[in-house]
Amino acid sequence: MDLIAKLGRQGIHFTVHLGSSLLFLVSALKGAAASFSRSRLIIEQLYAIGVLTMLITVVSGLFVGMVLGLQGYYQLVRFSAESSLGLIVALSLVRELGPVLSALLFAGRAGSALTAEIGLMKTTEQLAAMEMMAIDPIKRIIGPRFVAGIISLPILAALFSAVGILGGYLVGHGQFGIDSGVYWHSMQSGVDLFQDIINGIIKSCVFGVIVVWIALYEGYNSTPSSEGISRATTRTVVWSSLTVLASDYLMTALMFGE
Amino acid sequence: MQQTSEDFIVTASDIHFAYRDRPIFQGLSINIPRGKVSVIMGPSGCGKSTFFSLLGGRLAPTSGNLEFDGQPVFTKPGQLQYKMRRKMGMLFQQNALLTDLNVFDNVAFPLRETTDLQEPLIRIQVLTKLEMVGLRGARDMQVSELSGGMARRVALARAIVLDPLIVMYDEPFVGLDPISMGIILKLIRNLNDALNLTSVVVTHDIKEGCDIADYMFLLDRGMVSASGIPDQLMTHHDPAIQQFMQGLSDGPVRFHYPARDYLEDLQDI
Repeated sequence: MDLIAKLGRQGIHFTVHLGSSLLFLVSALKGAAASFSRSRLIIEQLYAIGVLTMLITVVSGLFVGMVLGLQGYYQLVRFSAESSLGLIVALSLVRELGPVLSALLFAGRAGSALTAEIGLMKTTEQLAAMEMMAIDPIKRIIGPRFVAGIISLPILAALFSAVGILGGYLVGHGQFGIDSGVYWHSMQSGVDLFQDIINGIIKSCVFGVIVVWIALYEGYNSTPSSEGISRATTRTVVWSSLTVLASDYLMTALMFGE
Repeated sequence: MQQTSEDFIVTASDIHFAYRDRPIFQGLSINIPRGKVSVIMGPSGCGKSTFFSLLGGRLAPTSGNLEFDGQPVFTKPGQLQYKMRRKMGMLFQQNALLTDLNVFDNVAFPLRETTDLQEPLIRIQVLTKLEMVGLRGARDMQVSELSGGMARRVALARAIVLDPLIVMYDEPFVGLDPISMGIILKLIRNLNDALNLTSVVVTHDIKEGCDIADYMFLLDRGMVSASGIPDQLMTHHDPAIQQFMQGLSDGPVRFHYPARDYLEDLQDI
């Protein structure tokens, strides 16, 4: 009986959160639309959210590309197909690893920072003070961060893929001696603009919405205490990562299915 | 002389409010006189700060009538409520300064966000208000460089920068050294008189509250249990009010939390 009650409670709790997060998304979108007239605020957030996440994205992209180059070469050489290394690396990155891994890094670096920042603003009554000063925190705080997050992630994903391809080239050409013309040509002939690149960009846009939505919602609704902020930050990373991976499966099935 | 509704900037009648199933106000009726310094006191959790949230329209009462400057607070949703807030200033317990802005920009923040004033006019307004709180020279300092007392004064300058009709002070003396406390006390009185404001101070500090108050309200169990000038409250005949005003550890509010007999409890192994 206790188990059923607990399940019911959890179910209600989940539904309430889902509803309130959807309502939050609607107001965040309104705030985002309003923030376009305040480009300075968006630029500030593009720096805080996007530029500061660039280093970890670039370094990770390089290593992921290098690992792909290694693993790809070891397998392809068994079938004398090492000339396809460029294509394998590029497709893996552009279709899947670029958008997904950059979104996971973005959730860990920028998402958690957003949650902690908003949560701390709530704890120190900065959001309440804004309300009392007749300033809507959704428009002033949430909107610009929402826009900046959605702009940043596709650019970071593109950067991740580009540096990853370069990493694959460094291994393929530098370590295993694959001809550079072969590496780049296989990519040029095998990667499709719409099927691969545009779909990858669409994916990272969706991931951008998911991560900033969860991060801002968790921060805005965090319990105003140090423990509350800690829990909210953890929830942001966990939920963003799971939602990104689940939605990636759905989008891949829709985009690349027969 | 008979007082009229014009004499009160805030009139609240029969306000009921609860956080989930915990009742806070159970028929609160309170009238805040215009142009005076009113002090609201009461035990922890009696709803002193909640009253400010209701007045600012950040929380809605379950029933009752609350008016600010002759207008109901809760029948004007959205933009109108925001307009009403522009006539209110609030000093938060934690100051609520924006940590990524310096002193000048913190005080200028409400002007830049809610008015179309040009930057030279904003500068004059901000410097005037900083001069009033004695911190014109600290305009370029970062929030992290301010002492507790200075941060509170900056927050006070920000609270009055829109020239409000009322300023609400939520525990303004908490965490201050005696000098800073004296400065804040003086500022509350001086600003109230110089700017023709109405000040409402929520505090636990009986001495400071009595020093500054023109009128005092004592809240208990969701209602006003006593009100009057400080001397009237200090000499009130009710033992519960006496206990609170004198800060006695035992009285109608018992020192010991209800428990079974002490000896019985010790012997029960």
